[in-house]
Amino acid sequence: MKTFLFAKFVAAAAACLLTFGTAQASGGAGLQAANVSLDNVASMQRGARLFFNYCSGCHSLQYLRYSRIAEDLHLDPKDVEKNLVFTGVKVGEHANSHMPPADGTKWFGKAPPDLSLEARSKGSDWIYTYLKSFYLDPTRPLGWNNTLFANASMPNPLWELQGLQVAVPKAAEGGHEAGIERLDLRTPGRQTPEQFDQTVRDITAFLQYAAEPAALQRESMGVWVLLYLALFTFIAYLLKHEFWKDVH
Amino acid sequence: MGTTMTRIQSKNGVVNWIEDRLPIFSFLNSHTAGYYAPKNFNLWYYFGSLALLVLVNQILTGIFLTMNYKPSAAEVAPGVSAAFASVEYIMRDVSWGWLIRYMHSTGASLFFVVVYLHMFRGLMYGSYKKPRELVWILGMLIFLALMAEAFLGYVLPWGNMSFWGAKVIISLFGTIPWIGPSLVEWIMGDYLPADATLNRFFALHVIALPLVLLLLVVLHLAALHEVGSNNPDGVEIKEKKKPDGTPLDGIAFHPYYTVKDIFGTGFFLLIAAFIVFYAPTFGGWFLEHDNFVPANNLATPEHIKPVWYFTPFYAILRMVPSFFETAIWGVIAMFAAIVLLFLMPWLDRGKVKSVRYRGTGYKVALGFFALSFVMLGAVGAGVSAEMIPKLFGAEADSTMIENLFGRFWTFVYFGFFVFLWVYTHFGFEKTKPVPDRVTMHD
Repeated sequence: MKTFLFAKFVAAAAACLLTFGTAQASGGAGLQAANVSLDNVASMQRGARLFFNYCSGCHSLQYLRYSRIAEDLHLDPKDVEKNLVFTGVKVGEHANSHMPPADGTKWFGKAPPDLSLEARSKGSDWIYTYLKSFYLDPTRPLGWNNTLFANASMPNPLWELQGLQVAVPKAAEGGHEAGIERLDLRTPGRQTPEQFDQTVRDITAFLQYAAEPAALQRESMGVWVLLYLALFTFIAYLLKHEFWKDVH
Repeated sequence: MGTTMTRIQSKNGVVNWIEDRLPIFSFLNSHTAGYYAPKNFNLWYYFGSLALLVLVNQILTGIFLTMNYKPSAAEVAPGVSAAFASVEYIMRDVSWGWLIRYMHSTGASLFFVVVYLHMFRGLMYGSYKKPRELVWILGMLIFLALMAEAFLGYVLPWGNMSFWGAKVIISLFGTIPWIGPSLVEWIMGDYLPADATLNRFFALHVIALPLVLLLLVVLHLAALHEVGSNNPDGVEIKEKKKPDGTPLDGIAFHPYYTVKDIFGTGFFLLIAAFIVFYAPTFGGWFLEHDNFVPANNLATPEHIKPVWYFTPFYAILRMVPSFFETAIWGVIAMFAAIVLLFLMPWLDRGKVKSVRYRGTGYKVALGFFALSFVMLGAVGAGVSAEMIPKLFGAEADSTMIENLFGRFWTFVYFGFFVFLWVYTHFGFEKTKPVPDRVTMHD
């Protein structure tokens, strides 16, 4: 009976986990896998450079200090100050953009959001897909639209690298509005599509890092904690076994 | 039986000096080495000590979090409150802050995991039955206080789910006739969840409810030690005693169960540490994606839903329709789902405690009850809403299907209590003979 009930409980838990898995997978509908890894320091370093060159004019990382980037991504603080700090602040300061929010609202209709936690709220796949989904749309105020985030107020900051994409419309079917079939690269940019994928992946990796810098320590330290606890549990088991000899 | 406090004799003069004035060592001894527990505890009996472990973890990590957390909704950057910013400060700038916070947030979810398993253990082995009714009721009060504590704590980071979750839960009180709307205003101290709300929730979360929880835990243990622990056979061990007056099937809690619980603690910490270090958000189930966005009273999250441990009750709230122009029925049903658990000692008239020797009807009903809890959890978490279009096609009326599904499991949940009373009160239950002595299976 005991085993039966326990088995039933395990089955219920497994069913719960299965539905959990499905919920997670469906959260990624229409998203491309970013495949970023916090083990790839070179990618995050390139991503930092790209972020400060292409994104930081408008977007802040208000919780992230330049010095922390240097420390975590194995960069010399002096190099960071020279190459990444465009706002003239000290290297221990937060990576705030210089764009006043009021101007941002005036220019784009909505102040560019802070991106410190973007990877935590939207996920890295979302960022990766979003940055690859811009296309020319003359009906929009700035001439750009995005298939992932329709009518986004942001123009494509990476168009020089990616080139210009246009939307190929889907044939309208009865009752359904004509959607977008795919995006075609009309004018190539400075990078090949493969190179551009890597560029976007690097930015995504950096934003993933920026959303939780502690993840680096967490993942490197965790294995030691688990090994210690495994040893502790083993010794505790032996101790229990020894004491319980009198009971059995 | 319970505990008999015998005066300990020590060779240490200081100990004896203290003992003459305050018999604290005798007290501790009587509740550890002098407390006899049945020797046949199985896996299900780890969760009580684990709940205590998590409580201690929550208090210790909580103390360190309060040192850097700021309970203020005042704006410190465009759209960002001091509270939200202070949580990121803890995550990034406070030494080991990330670890402390993840231990606290993971601890909150694991608290409910162990408490739900602990409660299910009580249902399986009839631990709520005479003479343990008060142990059960005190345990249920702990569960209530824990739910309040978890809800209040969830609001503190002042993310967007904190804000909207608070708004929805507080608005439940608005369904109470006559006083509802003013009660909501009184709870919030404002017309929306705002700085005043956050401030008082902080006070309740760090002082009021932890004190209540600690007091209830002490009473829960005191009542338990008075009547003695139940066991998987539901046999009262104090009915068969050795010449020295200790139960034949009892073993001293210390060292036998302390050493066993240390092993359980190690195993539990392995799982907890894996989550803390490798999956602290647990895929959005322990820390939700939408709560990494600062509170914004103009931007409603796409799906407002509570954290997983409230979802079964939230599903009941949603599944009960409004009628007579009031939505209070769902609120009543949600509270009834908990109140009925309080009444278990009196709803269940069966004389046999353990499911091992109870009728098939009880076994099946308990299985369905557990299943309904999981299924209602899936409904409340929005899992069913996501799966219905996949299973039935995009054209299907997903609201109708979800309501049917959710109402069916709500019916099963409440049906358990009705069935149990009928089954035991009118003598339908055919039980097996209960052994005289406990049985060992390992």
